[in-house]
Amino acid sequence: MARQPEKKQDPETTGHEWDGIEELNNPLPRWWLWTFYATIIWGVGYTIAYPAWPMVSGATAGVLGFSTRAQVAEQISEVEARNAALETQLASADLTTISANGGELYNYAVQGGAAIFRTNCSQCHGSGAAGAKGYPNLLDDAWLWGGTIEDIQYTVTHGIRNEQSPDTRWSEMPAFGADGILSDEEIGEVVQYVLQISGQGHDAALAGAGETLFLDNCAACHGDEGLGDVYVGAPNLTDAIWLYGGDPVTLTETVTNARFGVMPAWSEEYRTAAGLTEAEINAVATYVHQLGGGE
Amino acid sequence: MATEDKNPMPKGATGLGDRPKRKSILDRHKILEKNATLLLACSLLVVTIGGAVEIAPLFYLENTIEEVDGVRPYSPLELAGRDIYVREGCYVCHSQMIRPMRDEVERYGHYSLAAESMYDHPFQWGSKRTGPDLARVGGRYSDEWHVDHLADPQLVVPESVMPKYRFLENRLIDGKYIEDSLLTHRAVGVPYTDEMLENAVADFRVQADPFGDHDGLLERYPNAQVRNFDGQPGISETDALIAYLQMLGTLVDFSTFIPDASR
Repeated sequence: MARQPEKKQDPETTGHEWDGIEELNNPLPRWWLWTFYATIIWGVGYTIAYPAWPMVSGATAGVLGFSTRAQVAEQISEVEARNAALETQLASADLTTISANGGELYNYAVQGGAAIFRTNCSQCHGSGAAGAKGYPNLLDDAWLWGGTIEDIQYTVTHGIRNEQSPDTRWSEMPAFGADGILSDEEIGEVVQYVLQISGQGHDAALAGAGETLFLDNCAACHGDEGLGDVYVGAPNLTDAIWLYGGDPVTLTETVTNARFGVMPAWSEEYRTAAGLTEAEINAVATYVHQLGGGE
Repeated sequence: MATEDKNPMPKGATGLGDRPKRKSILDRHKILEKNATLLLACSLLVVTIGGAVEIAPLFYLENTIEEVDGVRPYSPLELAGRDIYVREGCYVCHSQMIRPMRDEVERYGHYSLAAESMYDHPFQWGSKRTGPDLARVGGRYSDEWHVDHLADPQLVVPESVMPKYRFLENRLIDGKYIEDSLLTHRAVGVPYTDEMLENAVADFRVQADPFGDHDGLLERYPNAQVRNFDGQPGISETDALIAYLQMLGTLVDFSTFIPDASR
């Protein structure tokens, strides 16, 4: 049997005893007790050093003078100062030259533009810029309003069909059915013609009749061949790229009620909510341009 | 009335063992521990001090919210939209509180000010972001985007886990209780005037009617946005919700606002 250590004295008790069960009164471990005291001292010191106690017209400011607002302002100005040189260059630079030259400024524009795109543009155009129904894909070669870097920059600055910028890109397709310009039969014929020029299955007789209607009603914007016109944002109708859909049902819907896709103006000049600075717009234009479809 | 202690402490026991004792604070504390009435009184005292420190500032909160130009009570249509926002539990996944941190400020815009939610009852700060913060979503997207997105979020954001709220489009609302709602908000301190109450229903309707006479609305609620928000006839819950979303965070003009650095 192991040798019992000799007890110097009975363990401390509180003196309470019920049915032979005694309540021990061991002291708290010293390390625990001192840690506890230290936290109290720390707590008092903290309220002196940092903003803490509510007074009549505000909280005590704390002797360190710390303020979250000042901290965030400082962090942001620090980053801005670090990027100032590049931002200034970017704001005034010729975008085509940046893209052609590459280098640090170009990398800065692309990386910064990617972050801006993810924050502000991805909700409509998708995080990978592939778009969605009604929201253009920015990866392909089809551009409604032009795909040069300057075109993209203009579109981002002023947006499309909004009331924010007086220079917004604007055009309005007539609602041929809803406004009674074409009858249902005529719309059917035009749709068949559009199916024909886009290389899809169609009814040749109806499409033949639709051609005249197309030339009279649609060609002014979409062109005689249906190739579209970037000056009025008219899409090319002969390719397989459709913003809303190229099937007969969707096309009928489009011709009947027209489409009126919009995009906000992103320049801070036109926005009540925070907009983008010139440098930021140039960055995001550069980013979008290099995604693959840029002209 | 005296009761006899069946288990008296041994004579001379201090409750702290047999060590020789200094008269420490712990010994004095024992007086509290052994006297229920005194303990109760002292507990009450401590809780009162804590409570006073935490609660008293709320009584003069007007002094602690900095004054910011542009913040106004919600217009009736926005308020109805806000009710839908609360009803559908949007706050469960969306916060409305941009914290003063660089990453948040760069992503969402200027950090939120207390004044911007001073007319929120209850506030919608939230505590969890499954979806993005909405404190400054106003004007960020087009109405059309909101219509598409509410109807089917995955249509525009394939990776989204947000449920579909297409049914809101079909629920027409007439604002017949909106005056009561304004009155209730007035009871809790939102400064709706008698004029605002009288015109509540008319303001509710005219904000979604671009062809109506909305001079009065704009006078009562500066910067209110007047549009047919969902592009459909009638005022649906989608209209109200988009009216609310499109005004979030747009009332303060941050080009002229100078933050009080010590807050």
